[in-house]
Amino acid sequence: MKNPLDQYSVNGGAKPIDIEFMLNGRKTTINVVPNRRVVDVLREDLGLTGAKEGCGTGECGVCTILVDGSARLGCLMLAIQLADRDITTIEGLSQEGNLHPLQEAFIQYGAVQCGFCSPGMILTASSLLKQKPNPTRTAIREGLSGNLCRCTGYQKIVDAVEAAARKMAGREET
Amino acid sequence: MKSVHLPRNMEDLWLIMEQETNARVYCGGTDLLVQMRSCEVDPPVLICLERIADIQGIREEPDSLWIGAGTTHTNLLSHPLSRRCLPVLAKALGTLGSPLIRNMGTIGGNICSASPAADTLPPLYVLDAEVELRSRDTIRVMPLCEFITGPGETRLERGEILTGIRVKNGEGYNLHHFEKIGQRRALACAIASLAAMLHVSSSGVVKAARLAWGSVGPMVVTSTKVEGAIIGENLSRKTLEKAADLAQRAVSPIDDVRASADYRRIVSGNLLLRLLDARPQI
Repeated sequence: MKNPLDQYSVNGGAKPIDIEFMLNGRKTTINVVPNRRVVDVLREDLGLTGAKEGCGTGECGVCTILVDGSARLGCLMLAIQLADRDITTIEGLSQEGNLHPLQEAFIQYGAVQCGFCSPGMILTASSLLKQKPNPTRTAIREGLSGNLCRCTGYQKIVDAVEAAARKMAGREET
Repeated sequence: MKSVHLPRNMEDLWLIMEQETNARVYCGGTDLLVQMRSCEVDPPVLICLERIADIQGIREEPDSLWIGAGTTHTNLLSHPLSRRCLPVLAKALGTLGSPLIRNMGTIGGNICSASPAADTLPPLYVLDAEVELRSRDTIRVMPLCEFITGPGETRLERGEILTGIRVKNGEGYNLHHFEKIGQRRALACAIASLAAMLHVSSSGVVKAARLAWGSVGPMVVTSTKVEGAIIGENLSRKTLEKAADLAQRAVSPIDDVRASADYRRIVSGNLLLRLLDARPQI
């Protein structure tokens, strides 16, 4: 029987291993030390700096990524947890050069000020709209309650998500 | 440098645990990885349980429900069985952390962290939860209230993991209530919380009552004395005010960064008054 210690496991921890996963629609293999945080691997090894580190403790949401469609925190995941997952970062949200309706709405409604929270905010909103295509403003606020913004006061962000939801449902042009 | 393992099934887990006797297990990572970042803990070996399907999900058993310890709060919250049979737990899960934390954190992790402020513990206490602990060769089952022995302390033994939680379903009670007092609505540790299940008759008399407070003692606080002050009485403001006085004496809160002990004591009593608003419509 194959020793599970050989599969996505490593003794000593400092030894890099190959980890395979889908990243923004592309099959990706990285060779990294498996105990590094996902946010560090994305930023430092893969050059994807959309996910950021804010608090590092899961309270601000700026490191949000989509893991099999579910919004999760890159600062509280280790590289080994990427194995066989389908990962989407903000860099992979646009399709064929066209911005996602949420990205367009964030621009149109002025929901971006300093921009630090925007990648996490947009990714969390995109997973919210998958589950609830027609959310109330309260549901949007609750859905984004793990993503902090220190500029906008949230009003414009909620407006943008509402507008994107309308556009995605084909109810109205934003 | 830590080694980290990602077993895909129970057999692999036991093999790894046999070889890595100093390993610390985690699932969502929302507590352990935060503690590691602040250097509170430094386990030499980590085992992530997130891929083990055997410890995930919720299923009906003859007169109880089994919840896999590795079930995320989001999956538990969105499951029709928890909404229907465990509304007191569902209400607490809705206040836990944030959507992002709920997508990662698990009910088993919330139990094993054994924080006095854990949001799932007061509901699980009123639901008479039992924990199922497995090692490679053993299975132990014990009441949750015996499993947790202090802040951050449990009776989990080396080589064992928490695999599941068994709860009686909340049928038979017609008032299911949970309220958390925190500094803000999302991402707030409880300053005080109350889980309550009552059976109130059509004439308004309390036939059965289960109460549990969080964050106002080293562990969840329960009190048969407070419950006794409500049972057999009309669910009125007067009854609840009397019970609130007793509750203030039943809890043993401390001063900390979030609130003073005095505030917590008063709030613990006052939380009972909300049961008036939660009265079932008959």
